[in-house]
Parts: sequence; C-alpha cells; structure tokens
Amino acid sequence: MSFLRSDLPLNQDASGRFLPWIIGFMVYFAALALAATMALDEALSRWQAGLTGTLTVQITPAPAEDLAVRVDQVVGLLKGTPAVAGIELLNDDDVAHLLEPWLGPSEALAGLPLPALIAVNLRPGATVDLAALQQRLAEAAPGTTVDDHGRWLSDLVTLARSVKLLGAIILSLVGAAAVITVIFVTRTGLSIHRRVIELVHLIGARDAYIARQFETHALRLGLAGGLLGVALAALTLLALGQIVGGIESPLLPPLSLRPWQWLVLGLLPVAAAAIAMLTARLTVLRSLNRVM
Amino acid sequence: MILFENTGVRYDDGPPILRNISFTLTPGSFHFLVGPSGAGKSSLLRLMYLALRPVEGRVSLFGRDVSTIRRRDIPALRRRIGVVFQDFRLLDHLSAIDNVALPLRVAGVREAEIKRHVPELLKWVGLGDHLNALPATLSGGQQQRVAIARAVISRPSLLLADEPTGNVDDAIAVRLMYLFEELNKLGTTVVIATHNDGLVSRFDHRQLRLEDGVLRIVEPGPRDAA
Repeated sequence: MSFLRSDLPLNQDASGRFLPWIIGFMVYFAALALAATMALDEALSRWQAGLTGTLTVQITPAPAEDLAVRVDQVVGLLKGTPAVAGIELLNDDDVAHLLEPWLGPSEALAGLPLPALIAVNLRPGATVDLAALQQRLAEAAPGTTVDDHGRWLSDLVTLARSVKLLGAIILSLVGAAAVITVIFVTRTGLSIHRRVIELVHLIGARDAYIARQFETHALRLGLAGGLLGVALAALTLLALGQIVGGIESPLLPPLSLRPWQWLVLGLLPVAAAAIAMLTARLTVLRSLNRVM
Repeated sequence: MILFENTGVRYDDGPPILRNISFTLTPGSFHFLVGPSGAGKSSLLRLMYLALRPVEGRVSLFGRDVSTIRRRDIPALRRRIGVVFQDFRLLDHLSAIDNVALPLRVAGVREAEIKRHVPELLKWVGLGDHLNALPATLSGGQQQRVAIARAVISRPSLLLADEPTGNVDDAIAVRLMYLFEELNKLGTTVVIATHNDGLVSRFDHRQLRLEDGVLRIVEPGPRDAA
C-alpha cells in the first residue's frame, strides 16, 4: 500500500479537519510550558553554580566604631581561614548598585550608612563550619554576619521545582487531551466509514490494514498541527525573549534558548504525530476486534 | 468444500430466517440460488461470505468450521471468496480501476501486477474507456460490471453474486454469465442468487431454491424435476 493512498475517504471527514488546529494549540501550549521549564532549569543551574562555594560577609555600620577598622579585622581573619580561596571587598558603588532596585539611584544613597560587603570564594571541595566562622568574625567585629545564600537558594529551588512540576503537569494534560481528541476523531471516522470498513473487511483486509490507514491519516494531521503549534510557539518565544531582554533585571532569567533546547521543541511535532498515530492505531484495533 | 449441516439463522430474538439448511457445494460446481424476496437468500450468502455466523448447526468453508474459526484466520478465508453485492458497494471516492484493485491491494499484491491485470479485466467487461471514472459517473450497469470485476480479480475459489445481472441488459447479462462460467471452468465454485428465471433456464445449473427459510435442491434437467 502506498503511504499516500487511502482506501478510506478519511480526508473528507469534517471531524478530521479541526484536528490539526486542536493539536496545533496543544503543541503551542506544550512548547511554551517546556520552554519555560528549560529556561528556569537553566537559570537555576546558573544560580546554583554561581552561589555554590561562595559566602557573603556583611559588616553593619555602628556609630561609635570605625567601619574600616572592623573590615580590616574581618579581612584578616578570613585570609587566615584555610577554606578561603580568596576575598573581594565590594566598594561603595558596588553596594549602592546592589541596593538600587530597592532604594533607587546611587545618588539617593549618598547620605545613608551602607554596610560593608565581602564576597568570599571557598576552595573547591572545602567545607566551612558556618556557625563557628560567624562566631569568630562577630567576636572580632560585632555586627558581622555570614550568609552562605542557602536559605535564598533553597527557596528558589523550591519555587523552581514547583514551576517545573507545573510544566510537567501541563505537558501531561496536553498529551492526555491530545490522546482523547484523537480517540474521538478516530471513533467518529470509524462510525462514518462503517460500511466501507465492513466492505474492506469482507474482501479480506486484516484489522492492521484498516488501522494503517487511520494511523497514516492521524500521523499527517498530527504532524501538520504540531508544526503549526511549534512555529507559533517559536514566534512567541522570540518575541518574549526580545521583551525580557529589554528589561534590565538581574532577577528575570533570560528567555533565549540554547540550540539543543530549540531542538527539543522541534521534536514536539514529531512526538505529537507519533502520539496521534499510535492512539489512532490502538483505537481502531480495539474497535475492530469487536466485529466479525 | 462448502458444507451446511442443519444450519439456522435468526437476527437477535427475531424469527428464524433460515431453518435446518443442509447442502454441500463441491469444488468447481455452479449453482443458482433462487427464491422469492425475503426467502433468506441474502442471509445464506452472508453465511457463505463470513459476514454472519450460524446460530444453529454448522457451516464449513474450505474445511474450516465457521462457528469456531479464530478471528485472525478469517481474512485469509475471505480472500478466497469473491462477492458481487446486490447494491454493488463500490467505494465512491475510488476510480473504477482502484475499486477493482482493492482485493489485490488488501492481499498485498505488487502494484506492477495490479497495473497489468486490472485494466485488462476492466476492458474485458467493457469498461476499458472508464478506467479512471468514479462510480458516481457510471451507469448502474457499468457500476455492476465494476463490482463483478472486483469480485473476480483475485480468481477466488468461491464466487458469490447477489443479483449480478439485475441492472444490465440481456446481452451484457449473458456476457457476464459467460464470464462466470469461464471462471467456473477454471475451478471456481459459483453461486448466483437471482430472480431472473430466463437466465436460470438458459444456463442449466443446479438450483438451491429457498422458500420461507427452507432450502430445496433442484438438480439440472427438465423443469418438472423441480
């Protein structure tokens, strides 16, 4: 049997005409969910990589004490700590820049007593007793705190995992909806072409022969819908990428996808077509099994 | 080859359509199936082309018991049977050539062979100029000839025809009967259900006469033998 020829006039079915559109919309939403999940995953990895092996030491200003002296004491102690690979004392401009999203432009911060911040890089694989370090530093320079970003990172990981779970749920629901739609369309096709199928059966066709025609039809419609959906999703992602790229916020993850991530999205139409094909095949075989 | 033993058919809880039918069709035999409308001819044919299972008795086709045959073995059996339906049952979206090619394609015959044999047969039944015509553009008689060509294209062991000459003029009817006889000579068992008494008397073959669901066999010969 030629791949393109069909003994059943499935192309004439009204029920099959809207299937590519439905699959298209489903693939569109699935692609957006998948892209969001991948972008978030990437951002999370970057945040984790950036924060693992680092500490931030904060020395709050006190009216009666010279901040510079206390900073020197803390720096001295940190340099003497074996696990510390290096330190960087952030200047006032850096601190002002960090506070800018919350407190406004740097000029407005000029009169405010800003804390001193020290970025600490740990040696690879080194472990630090955070409580002990905190205590030593606070004894040398009261008001000194040490932050390993664990809580912030933990909250972020929880959020990211929740969003990823949501993405997986959306993908599953979209897949289930696609399967149900294909089952409905296939059953409608079986009903519409009942007499033709009966005839083809009577002249000796096996169930697989008839199922092949439905599955080929579903494959074509699924592929067409999938390509439509992923094309629309790509346009949407590119537009969103432009918009997000224009917003200078360190908290928003970039929406540009890597080539392999685009490839994953490009596989969605293939997956949609395969799901449609398999669903149609199983639906037909199951239905035909009930007739002689 | 085809054996009916005390076979009965009824649809759901309705009255029996066929009762206590017993007969044997030997390979290469030729039979007319006659009887008034509603006598059960179509049901008897449906039993023979495996569209129906008996509710009583036994039907055996090519040595296989229809009541107990596994579902997956049915297609191979059906491929040995050619059927001309009373309402033709051509596929409207397929051309004459594709309609006739259908049994071959279903059986997995190569396209080269299909392209060689199908046009030849269509020419033989007088439709050489209508190879690519859709059924809707053909007359009733032409559609009937396409249906007959489809039934015989795979050289079946058993040919069942339900009123195959009902829509054609006498000349074509006789020509089609000759085609059936040619097939019969090649070993195909032929059963033709018909109301055409003229045809039955002209071609002297054994008759399976159905009346009120009961079968009587009338051997060929003088009419008063019936």
